[in-house]
Amino acid sequence: MPLWEVFIRAKAGLAHRHVGSVHAGDAEMALQAARDVYTRRGEGVSLWVVPSAAITASDPYDEAELFEPASAKPYRHPTFYTVPKEVGDM
Amino acid sequence: MAPVLFDYVLGLADDALILGHRLSEWCGHAPLLEEELALANIGLDLIGQARALYDYAGALEGKGRDQNALAYLRDAPQYRNLLLVEQPNGDFAMTIARQFLYTAYAGPFWHMMTGSRDATLAAIAATARHEAEYHRRHAGEWLVRLGDGTEESHRRAQAAIDALWPYTGEMFEADASAAALVAEGIAADPALLRAEWNQTADATLAAATLTRPADGWMQSGGRHGRHSEHLGYILAELQFLQRAYPGAQW
Repeated sequence: MPLWEVFIRAKAGLAHRHVGSVHAGDAEMALQAARDVYTRRGEGVSLWVVPSAAITASDPYDEAELFEPASAKPYRHPTFYTVPKEVGDM
Repeated sequence: MAPVLFDYVLGLADDALILGHRLSEWCGHAPLLEEELALANIGLDLIGQARALYDYAGALEGKGRDQNALAYLRDAPQYRNLLLVEQPNGDFAMTIARQFLYTAYAGPFWHMMTGSRDATLAAIAATARHEAEYHRRHAGEWLVRLGDGTEESHRRAQAAIDALWPYTGEMFEADASAAALVAEGIAADPALLRAEWNQTADATLAAATLTRPADGWMQSGGRHGRHSEHLGYILAELQFLQRAYPGAQW
């Protein structure tokens, strides 16, 4: 049975976050399975399910060439700004 | 009116408890991990409904019986549930068919009950209607996939619908006492429920490529305490602890 990745929006304004996966025969059943497995404690207000096979992933062996160059560039972090409390989730 | 209303509420509570218990029997046996959780979730929704309804029934009766006394200390002839909900789980198709036939009634039932003139029932319905709506969707989607699935799943789904069909008439029975509650705006009108149930059943069975059985002779008696032998076995398991250790607390 196909595998589906599950994403939940915790509340309006937040992005959907990956929470896990479910097995289901088609998209509608995957949505129901996701609802039953991952939203039993009021985790969200919106669900996405995506066929796991539709995801293209980076190769762990490429980790150094893909990600290490960024670690030497602390000036890219916007640490000079203070975010007003009223802005809330960013 | 109180004894009539007590019987009515007790019947609703017993439906929810017995079906909830049946679904709990799938724990550890469901065909998929995802479905295991789904059936247990639905069972817990139903037992939650039962608890609220038993509390209200106990208050209506006024003899100090709480939800535990009503659930654990009555024998089969005092139970008022529909015969449909006590039928065995059978294979997965049988459970889904039973679930569909019941929820196609319970969905619109709780929706209608949100407008009940009985404030407590209307409050219970406010929560139950959303639960029941999802239960109907869950069972309906499964029934379509079983019926319109493989040759084997179609055969089993049709056999389950055929076997359970004679238990569907009982949901729409209207005796004199129930009619009085309908007239007072307290209970849902079985005639309206039957019309909506027929629509849901026809649409879903067609989508599932299943044949609707003829409305022949219908089983009856659950609302008056005349049950199939299955209920006794359910109660033996459900009530064992309170019977063996009276008053035991969790």
